[in-house]
Amino acid sequence: MPALKEYATIVGQGIIDELYLIAEKLSGKIVQNINSTSVGGGVAEILIRMIPLLKELGVDARWDVIKGDEKFFTITKKMHNALHGVALELTNDELDYFLEINRMNSKEMNFYGDIIFVHDPQPIALVNKKLEIGKKWLWRCHIDFTEPQEDTIKFLESYINQYDKAVFSAPAFARKLKIPQVLISPSIDPLSDKNKELPDDIILNVLNSFGIDKERPIVTQISRFDYLKDPIGVIKTYKKVKQYIDCQLVLAGGGATDDPEGMKVLQEVRDASSDDPDIHILFLPPASDIEINALQRASTVILQKSLKEGFGLTVAEALWKAKPVIASAVGGIPLQITHKYSGILTYSIDGTAYYLKQLLNEPEYARKLGENGRNNIKNNFLITRHIRDYLLLFLSLDYDEDIVYL
Amino acid sequence: MPELFYFKTSLRLIQLLGIKAKNLPELLNGIKTVPLSSIYYHTHRLLYQQLTLYPEPPNDFAYWVNHSLNIKALGELLASMNIIKFNDLQTLKDQFINIINEYIINKKPIAIAPEGQEFHFMDCQTFVLPTPYVASNIPEFLEALKKVSINSLYFHLIESRIRLKNGENDFSRWLKDIGETKAGLEIGRLDFYTITLEGLRKKIIAILSKYASA
Repeated sequence: MPALKEYATIVGQGIIDELYLIAEKLSGKIVQNINSTSVGGGVAEILIRMIPLLKELGVDARWDVIKGDEKFFTITKKMHNALHGVALELTNDELDYFLEINRMNSKEMNFYGDIIFVHDPQPIALVNKKLEIGKKWLWRCHIDFTEPQEDTIKFLESYINQYDKAVFSAPAFARKLKIPQVLISPSIDPLSDKNKELPDDIILNVLNSFGIDKERPIVTQISRFDYLKDPIGVIKTYKKVKQYIDCQLVLAGGGATDDPEGMKVLQEVRDASSDDPDIHILFLPPASDIEINALQRASTVILQKSLKEGFGLTVAEALWKAKPVIASAVGGIPLQITHKYSGILTYSIDGTAYYLKQLLNEPEYARKLGENGRNNIKNNFLITRHIRDYLLLFLSLDYDEDIVYL
Repeated sequence: MPELFYFKTSLRLIQLLGIKAKNLPELLNGIKTVPLSSIYYHTHRLLYQQLTLYPEPPNDFAYWVNHSLNIKALGELLASMNIIKFNDLQTLKDQFINIINEYIINKKPIAIAPEGQEFHFMDCQTFVLPTPYVASNIPEFLEALKKVSINSLYFHLIESRIRLKNGENDFSRWLKDIGETKAGLEIGRLDFYTITLEGLRKKIIAILSKYASA
């Protein structure tokens, strides 16, 4: 895993020096992260990268995982979907079981941290322990809270309001709560396999392995096969453009083979593209980060035509590679793209097709958009900014004033 | 003993206020309600978040009125507010209230932001930290200026002036204190709101280089 000093070549030594300056003020404090899984999923991915970097800065960050059985995780999956706005109702029995598992974990867990940093809803009710042991408690919500089911959010709010602060990933997720709320956007790691620089021969090998022609323009959308990512809309967009420009389309992403809906979408996408050999549908296995990186780097234009999106980190990944991006103005995407400056924001298939033709025909304009997009990601959405925000968040627990002199 | 300049830096934690607006009256109400730290955040964040030349002024209110409500005339009026002229946030807030209020009374706008494009009020908590850089004269100051982070520049030139109510930027004040009044005045004439921070660094280095070799 890369050391902090390796990031200095990307963000500048001054930014790394500032991280050390803040971290020094947290000397002696233990930050105890708690979530529900040590592998798989976005939260575990973030913690796997964050904990070593925080330790390198001298912050005593540690990580514990709650225990739960299949029934518990079925309930929390349902809760997750309800928070995403799916019309689901959790029964009283399910909520009782959810709380029972939290109580059991609360009894068994050693709360050794000075700051208890709880991630996502699964362990949220551990905060009941606060009355007994005190300490500072933070709740970090990693999921889209735009239109949650009212019953579910009301149930969770009775726990959220017991924390010292809550942390959300986008402004639209803010709610009227009794506690302060902090905005910490997600980030990408520029040195990870998915984002690091790649030699040309690796990129070429990946293109060859998928039968993609490097000589003609490549339009790509990287996303799992999901209706909300609108892959059929992407194919319609491509077909409108293909009448005028000889380009290729790559739709690449992973997904679980035991996800019936994902498999259905994949089949529909294959059916919609079967008449065109220039449409490449790539169902990638897990751990295809280098392939995704290579496909993004080989692309002429990258699309993210989602109908709904959380933060949309695939956009950040594409912009980091200085690629011109055309994306829907949903979720966190407008935070990453200023229309016609650092990318293009669209609302329809026709709009996307129009701008796609324009960017393919005007490579210099497209290059400028990509360059501006990369600068925005560099300043605001890399892991170093994410670490800085976490350090400030931990410090903020000891200070109420607007301006803090350290 | 010469007056020493201690370079500091500042970093900000963004806070969500849970208040949003979908039309002009709600924006006005929000501006009236939120703390001054929110007015500060929405009129300054782009200065340190966008380090390259950016096509929009550092003013979230103007951007939202222009792009989400599509009220171009008011958007332009808000965008062209000369923020460098304001030495305190309360006066700046009052000015926003007056302009928007007048527009509502005269034009009775009915525009509503599309779903998902509501204005979300935020503010920020600022943490000021010391850096290892100290200067006792212009040549030492120039050396440090080349090394400090952009956040340090932002703090001394912008945040210190308006948020800490120091009235003028720290560089100019120190230069006057050590008898380099002309250099201080020259830096004070720069409009920090229309130059990128790296651009400011270059301009100030160019100004001080003249005085260092004089």
